[in-house]
Amino acid sequence: MTGVTATLTTAVAPPQTTKAGPGPARKRMRSFYPAWFFIPAIALYVVFFAVPTFAGFYFSLTRWTLFDQTFIGFDNFVRFFQDPQLVSGFVHTFEYGFVTSAAKVVLGLALALLLTSPVLGRGYLRAVVFFPVLVSTIGIGITFKALMDPFHGIINGVLGSVGLPTPGWLTDPALALWSVAAVDVWKGVGIATLIFIAGIVAIPQEYFEAARVDGASAWTIFKNITLPLSRPAMGTVIILSLIGGLRSFDLIWAMTGGGPGFTSDVIASVIYKQYQAGFYGLSTAGNVVLFIVVTAIMVPISWLLNRKQADL
Amino acid sequence: MSARSLTTRLLAIGGATVLIGGLAACSSGGSADTGSGGGKVTITYLADNAEATAATAKPLIAAFEKANPDITVKFDTKPQGTDGDNLVKTRLSTGEMADVFNYNSGSLMQALNPDNTLVDLSKESWAKDVDPQFTKVVSTDNGMYGAPFGTSFGGAVLYNKKVYADLGLSVPTTWADFISNSEKIKDAGIAPIIQTYGDTWTSQLFVLGDFANITAQQKNWATQYTKHKESYADQPALAGFQHLQEGKDKDLYNEDYASATQANGLKMLADGKGAQYPMLTNAISAIQQDSPDAVNDIGAFALPAENADDTNLTIWEPNGLYIPKTTTGDKLAAAKKFIAFANSSDGCKVQNDTGTPGGPYVISTCTLPDSVPPMIGDLQKYLDDGKASPALEFLSPIKGPNLEKICVQVGSGITNAAKGADQYDDDVVQQAQQLGIKGW
Repeated sequence: MTGVTATLTTAVAPPQTTKAGPGPARKRMRSFYPAWFFIPAIALYVVFFAVPTFAGFYFSLTRWTLFDQTFIGFDNFVRFFQDPQLVSGFVHTFEYGFVTSAAKVVLGLALALLLTSPVLGRGYLRAVVFFPVLVSTIGIGITFKALMDPFHGIINGVLGSVGLPTPGWLTDPALALWSVAAVDVWKGVGIATLIFIAGIVAIPQEYFEAARVDGASAWTIFKNITLPLSRPAMGTVIILSLIGGLRSFDLIWAMTGGGPGFTSDVIASVIYKQYQAGFYGLSTAGNVVLFIVVTAIMVPISWLLNRKQADL
Repeated sequence: MSARSLTTRLLAIGGATVLIGGLAACSSGGSADTGSGGGKVTITYLADNAEATAATAKPLIAAFEKANPDITVKFDTKPQGTDGDNLVKTRLSTGEMADVFNYNSGSLMQALNPDNTLVDLSKESWAKDVDPQFTKVVSTDNGMYGAPFGTSFGGAVLYNKKVYADLGLSVPTTWADFISNSEKIKDAGIAPIIQTYGDTWTSQLFVLGDFANITAQQKNWATQYTKHKESYADQPALAGFQHLQEGKDKDLYNEDYASATQANGLKMLADGKGAQYPMLTNAISAIQQDSPDAVNDIGAFALPAENADDTNLTIWEPNGLYIPKTTTGDKLAAAKKFIAFANSSDGCKVQNDTGTPGGPYVISTCTLPDSVPPMIGDLQKYLDDGKASPALEFLSPIKGPNLEKICVQVGSGITNAAKGADQYDDDVVQQAQQLGIKGW
């Protein structure tokens, strides 16, 4: 983005830049650093990113046992899309991604409103909301698995003692995915809140004062000032939480292992199980698919959100 | 970009790649000769991380080191289940496998590409003492790669004899008897059949433990299955899935079946809160550890088939000890010594003293101790009557990775038996293709 801006500036105002350098075209190419300065970064990039990426694309076209590989063209992809678990895995991934993302936006905004208002113990409350973000995901998963145990868990112990129904949070096929999603929201809402707080705090106080002088209600202030002006923050929250949701794996794996049966399997856990089973080519193909799907969803969303941000 | 700066950059990239490649080569070469200095050899022994495994492995190593003072054995653990399988494959293919490792025999061992990765042990002195049935499940056409470790065991119904005696029940030999026993147990307020999907692998027993019954009805089923000419969607194999569904449909499982773990299930059985638990009989060692008083109350019977004549016991072969091809020289000699020791009478004594046998040994140098749990007698009867045969994983290399999840679905009523069997038939296709078996 900055590159584009720089080009525009040089194109609009050529007289100044020509004096400063040997010419606009050359200046844009010339780096501030000599070539050797980039060697470590380029070497790391090639060895750890470029080579594995292309190796990954190649192995996704093979039947690979780690000991030897056979080139089989697109068979892995065909097989991958014929897998009945995969179809449900896709559906679960989207449900999980969109629901957790939406919940984080709504709850994050609500909490941010609360925590930017002059509420008692604001600093402490902010820390508490953010705390789950700092805890290891696997640790949270294992803890909640114990808390949500249908017979010995605290959650059902409390519900049962006041006469409410005690569902099998992680063992009921209809509930398992949503129980994990709820924990994911609890864990991730702190980041969303933090971003929203930063967005809301950055809104100039004059707008609120002017609105209040005009006699605007609280709802009007929220709808016409806070909401539109925290849109950049909202874009960031949506993108971060949606990417996180679509590729989520650790929490689901720690809490249900994709179960009971396949009822909380997402793409990432299906791929992991294929990898565990030793189907290395197939699971690599799965990762290529996941990469393409996440890109295909995120690029338009990112573009849309950025454009709106530019409109403001 | 000017031509010159492009060249410098390319050169830089090339140079850096060579540099890093050189570093990598150094680090992998550096570890080759550790431990051979001063006539003292250090080898590593890798086994799974179950408590019972370590309880046997550590005294075994201590006894071996006492007998061979110039050899030190380091004990290393790996996860159980599919995570462990994956680790073994990865370490074998990267040349970083422990000098001796303990791993399944049968189809899982076949998936390690043994001809290329493991040392042939057929010429070792103990090899002739091994039961031919076991030799078969650690061999390919080109060699024998494993030594037995531990006892064979059954996949059977563990039952609480006290509950059976109190209710006046007798051991069922047909599926109908099993169900009618279970209904009576349910009326007495005891969980008739224990299922424990908190440990998903335990869900497979109804299907895998039924395999001897399939063999009884159709001798060549396993061979035909490997050739893709038989499937679980048809009888006699479908019965295992149907039994799993019937238990759920008739509400014969413990109420916490979805979340209970194997340890919970064994405790229930030992306490008499559950009466029957389809399980691997080597689980008796866990009962011995957690509820030693109850061991004598536990018996075992084969998972019943429709007809009493077809009701046979399904037998699992013990794990094997293997040496990877990357172990050479002094270390190889030391590793072979360690394996021979494990199967010597001294090694067997350690095995007997530190664990509870789940069935008979498969090497003639090892004999069971005088006092064994009475359950072993129940298993021995099937063996003596010739009413026992190996599990499918020892007769065919084909085992799908998702059977446990599919069984959880059928046993929880998420899908029915026919759908589950279909899903499993689909699941094994990839495995068969991966192994390059003809007909898939």
